[in-house]
Amino acid sequence: MADTKYDLIVLGSGPGGYVAAIRAAQLGMKTAIVERENLGGICLNWGCIPTKALLRSAEIYHYMQHAGAYGLKAAEISADIDAVVKRSRGVAKQLNQGVAHLMKKHKISVHMGEGKLTAPGKLEVKGEKGTEALTARNIIVATGARARDLPFAPADGKRIWTYRHALVPPEMPKKLLVIGSGAIGIEFASFYSDMGAEVTVVEMLDRLVPVEDADISAFLEKQLKKQGMTIHTGAGVEELKTTATGITAKIKGKDGKTQSAEFSHAIVAIGIVPNTENIGLEALGVKTTKGHIDTDAMCRTNVPGIWAIGDVTAPPWLAHKAMHESIIAVEAIAGNHPHAMDVRNIPGCTYCRPQIASVGLTEAKAKELGYEVKVGTFPFIGNGKAIALGEAEGFTKTVFDAKTGELLGAHMIGAEVTELIQGYTIGKTAELVEDDFIGTVFPHPTLSETMHEGVLAAFGRPLHI
Amino acid sequence: MPIELKMPALSPTMEEGTLAKWLVKEGDEVKAGDLIAEIETDKATMEFEAVDEGVVSQILVAEGTDGVKVGTVIAVIAGEGEDASEAKATPAPAAAPAPVEAPSSQSVRAEPVEAPPASSPAEGKKDGPSTSSGQREKDERIKASPLAKRLAAERGIDLKTLTGTGPGGRIVKADLENAPAGAAAPSATAAQVPPAAAPAAAPAPVGPIPDFGIPHEDEKLSGMRKTIARRLTQSMQEAPHIYLTVDIRLDALLKLRGELNASLADRGVKLSVNDMLIKALAVALERVPQCNVSFGGDVMRFYKRADISVAVSIPGGLITPIITDAGAKSLSKISTEMAELAGRAKEGKLKPEEYQGGTASISNMGMMGIKQFTAVINPPQAMIMAIGAGEKRPYVVDDALAIATVMSATGSFDHRAIDGADGALLMKTFKELVESPLGLVA
Repeated sequence: MADTKYDLIVLGSGPGGYVAAIRAAQLGMKTAIVERENLGGICLNWGCIPTKALLRSAEIYHYMQHAGAYGLKAAEISADIDAVVKRSRGVAKQLNQGVAHLMKKHKISVHMGEGKLTAPGKLEVKGEKGTEALTARNIIVATGARARDLPFAPADGKRIWTYRHALVPPEMPKKLLVIGSGAIGIEFASFYSDMGAEVTVVEMLDRLVPVEDADISAFLEKQLKKQGMTIHTGAGVEELKTTATGITAKIKGKDGKTQSAEFSHAIVAIGIVPNTENIGLEALGVKTTKGHIDTDAMCRTNVPGIWAIGDVTAPPWLAHKAMHESIIAVEAIAGNHPHAMDVRNIPGCTYCRPQIASVGLTEAKAKELGYEVKVGTFPFIGNGKAIALGEAEGFTKTVFDAKTGELLGAHMIGAEVTELIQGYTIGKTAELVEDDFIGTVFPHPTLSETMHEGVLAAFGRPLHI
Repeated sequence: MPIELKMPALSPTMEEGTLAKWLVKEGDEVKAGDLIAEIETDKATMEFEAVDEGVVSQILVAEGTDGVKVGTVIAVIAGEGEDASEAKATPAPAAAPAPVEAPSSQSVRAEPVEAPPASSPAEGKKDGPSTSSGQREKDERIKASPLAKRLAAERGIDLKTLTGTGPGGRIVKADLENAPAGAAAPSATAAQVPPAAAPAAAPAPVGPIPDFGIPHEDEKLSGMRKTIARRLTQSMQEAPHIYLTVDIRLDALLKLRGELNASLADRGVKLSVNDMLIKALAVALERVPQCNVSFGGDVMRFYKRADISVAVSIPGGLITPIITDAGAKSLSKISTEMAELAGRAKEGKLKPEEYQGGTASISNMGMMGIKQFTAVINPPQAMIMAIGAGEKRPYVVDDALAIATVMSATGSFDHRAIDGADGALLMKTFKELVESPLGLVA
């Protein structure tokens, strides 16, 4: 029987889990990782990565349809959803194998099966080959989360989908209802709309992408409507019934009136549920809040030797947050003194068209917290590169603390902003002040110049507007 | 939005303090600049100033409470137009500091404090030598974020006094959140001068005073009194003192002083004898550098300039404002600086960097008619000069009995650091400088 005594066991191999395992191995720990399904977890098998592959196809399709705008001719353009999905699955597979390779390279022992904590330092894995008992001084719980169902209409994979079904659709939806306008909902809305579906988005709160700055929400709504989507904010789906030909939804609008509408399919993207059941947490007395495991700044739970990271813990529920926490947890386990993460320095990206990226406080939140703010907005129409790209829709907005010059938040919408936000994130993390941003040379011509202008605008001195 | 007032950290190492006195009560209206409370630590009594306007809606920590942890909400102020009764304390979410926590919104003022310097004298200097392992390089790069630098500059905080918690020890905004304006240097001398000069964390416990039935009243010790007790006990217990006394003729110095003051009168400067003795001590220390030192256990620190701590008596204790690089300063400069520092010392308005540090001390009790006394060294300094009264004495001049103005000066030396002969040489040099005072104006 193999030696099953480890220094560290990681339960779950998503972006938090597998990175934790790699870092632990680098620090010389004998490390095991337990996974019930696919190495790489949801993120790279059923989340971030395959959706980016889909969206890339949709983007190229969109460009092909607008080839004329660039002086090009593209005839007989059509989309093959099956081929698009196949490419997406191929990308996921490649990365899944990449994680397997990384585990091997770092001599991390991979245990496939359902893991369950049986006692502090003890974990049981039920796999195809039977049950294994593993022990370790420290265990990191990184079991992630899953989609939240509508209580009255659980996803069936045929007409009512979660993100998971939407990634491998049985057929191309003609008329799609997207319930929820967070990052997941909006990305699928954008994908299927660009692929040719007629899309309706229903958001319970009063604006799209409610975690973003209100200006971003307003701009996005305008853009999506222009693209042909139907948007209902402040609205709720009260009933969802599957019929022979599709589904009937009862949507209660902002005005309080309920209307019926027919759709071919619906995607439910109303949030996540942490995977905290049946892994032995209750018996060990691990504390949770609304199902999510409580942790301290070093990712410790209330039970010594049990740590938790990623979506199974408190928000934001983002892969890069999980990855960063994994490093914090492992360094802390190793007896080092990692720096606690500041959630205000975690960027967020949504890959709809136009893209959205942000870091830090929204203008409204900053004001609510009592900051006296300086706000600057710079439109992409004032940026040469954006015009050359034919992507002049978008803007960059900054929120500064008027008293100290601290960058409180940055909000961007437009082409490639998900690749740009990191500039602000580095600056914010390093606690740069407005002078540092103003004194930085930005390459011309790039979209990043809008970031410079966004700061200049906050201090009343934008150049190209 | 109700504003929570939190227990400020008066130094980076402070974890708790005593809420000595409330200067407001619930229902009082406060405006920016009003004093709200007095907060006492082992090092200082600070006045807590309001920066925001409002009504004190709730006082959460009673007057006289000891051991109030830094960050504890001590009171709540309701802003303009808010119902004071509504504005009660609610725990602020950690990730969302209320505006009151913003650095600029609390200001604290240093109150009269202890004499002895808490930080290594080399610490605050630009040209401190860098020969020992335990001290900071003179031009060591201070790692701090741009935001931290800006906040520190705005609030008059010396970044060197802070410990960074950012990546690689970088000082970040969070490190300044709790540091008061003009934060004191870290109190642990151990950080700079290890380990013998490290002050004991607490004074040796003193048992209760036996009650012999004598009518009495017990008064709680002030922070300053506690510090004086601790530091002087530490000094006497750790540093073996030797005392060297000389008699010094003052006639020449007094004559020179009269002449100088006559010529300085239209500039409004009036030199005191003490101003001249400060200069004499500094020059003597420069000439006898083996006495301008600190004993650091496994290192000896030789100072490259003489900063003289001058004992000034203030209500409730003593404080030692510093004349930096006194050897290089003119007498008139020393005199104006001293007058200004002593004035502010009595008002309790010295900044920590103005009384923490110094390479040697001088204490003058001549004005009280004290003929001669011995003083206790201020660690980590290694010497203090005790000045007695200048008085007319029968004195042998040119083999004949004459009348001369004479004072007795006694140097206390840390014998671990300074040999008797070196101490004697310093006393001799000091005597010569005072008796032939032209060297002080050269």
